[in-house]
Amino acid sequence: MKTCIRILIVSSAVAVASLTAGPSAAKSRHAPLLPAYVEECGSCHIAFPGRMLDAASWIAVLEGLEQHFGVDASVDAKTLEPIRAYLAGTARSKPTTAGGVPLLRITETRWFRHEHDEVPQRLWQEPDAVKPADCAACHRSAATGSYSEHDLRLPKKGEAK
Amino acid sequence: MRSTILVAAAFALGVAAARAETPADFEAAFAAEARRADPAFAGFSAARGQQFFGSTHGGDWSCVSCHTKDPSAVGEHVVTGKRIEPLAPAANPKRFSDPASVEKWFKRNCNDVLKRLCTAQEKGDVLAWLMMPGAGGGR
Repeated sequence: MKTCIRILIVSSAVAVASLTAGPSAAKSRHAPLLPAYVEECGSCHIAFPGRMLDAASWIAVLEGLEQHFGVDASVDAKTLEPIRAYLAGTARSKPTTAGGVPLLRITETRWFRHEHDEVPQRLWQEPDAVKPADCAACHRSAATGSYSEHDLRLPKKGEAK
Repeated sequence: MRSTILVAAAFALGVAAARAETPADFEAAFAAEARRADPAFAGFSAARGQQFFGSTHGGDWSCVSCHTKDPSAVGEHVVTGKRIEPLAPAANPKRFSDPASVEKWFKRNCNDVLKRLCTAQEKGDVLAWLMMPGAGGGR
């Protein structure tokens, strides 16, 4: 009986692991996105990978979910726990702070501005501009957590929403 | 021992099945709650739900801001541009099937639009409208 239970536990763990890994995990060098994180945080915006902010920034974000950039993004405590662990475990090691204060907006971080300094200004400024939080407008595989330059395509004029 | 486990498994399955609900189940639950809040509760109104859905309630946003006027259409988050799947259960069977999800989104979105939780009457009115064939006049 004990063996039975052990087999059950092991096989469920394998099933969960294979579900979590997803088809693109093999070719990505980054940790796969946690499904619970995608479910809770990826409905209103792309599920930004943990590596985009440092741990202090993520903690600040999670502590303010009731007023998250003007909207209620609250998550119940039980659901939040694995998300907190996922973000802490995959957080950026270099700080994402300004004057010692954790930044909450990825677009304000030094690394983001550096990575995007060659993006034509028209993309951000025209009436039909790309919304800065809409990574997938250019990073076509962003939904899977991949931001490889192979999948990068800037929208043509008038194409962005 | 084995039978205990079988019973436990059957019970767990039963609980899981009970959690998968239909839009009509939610409507019934909202009605029961509305009746508790107001004994004079006189049912839900799709027309009132549609009006509620389109109103900004004194703030900046309405439900329409992200979900569009046509609940059978794909919406888009007004700030981030993220695609939002249709709300009408006829267009998207995942809607109004999971109590935890329904509770979470009413809490979040009512706070966003009304700065308060929605009443059972309001939720039922909106659901009545979402369940109308061709809700929103988009089809």
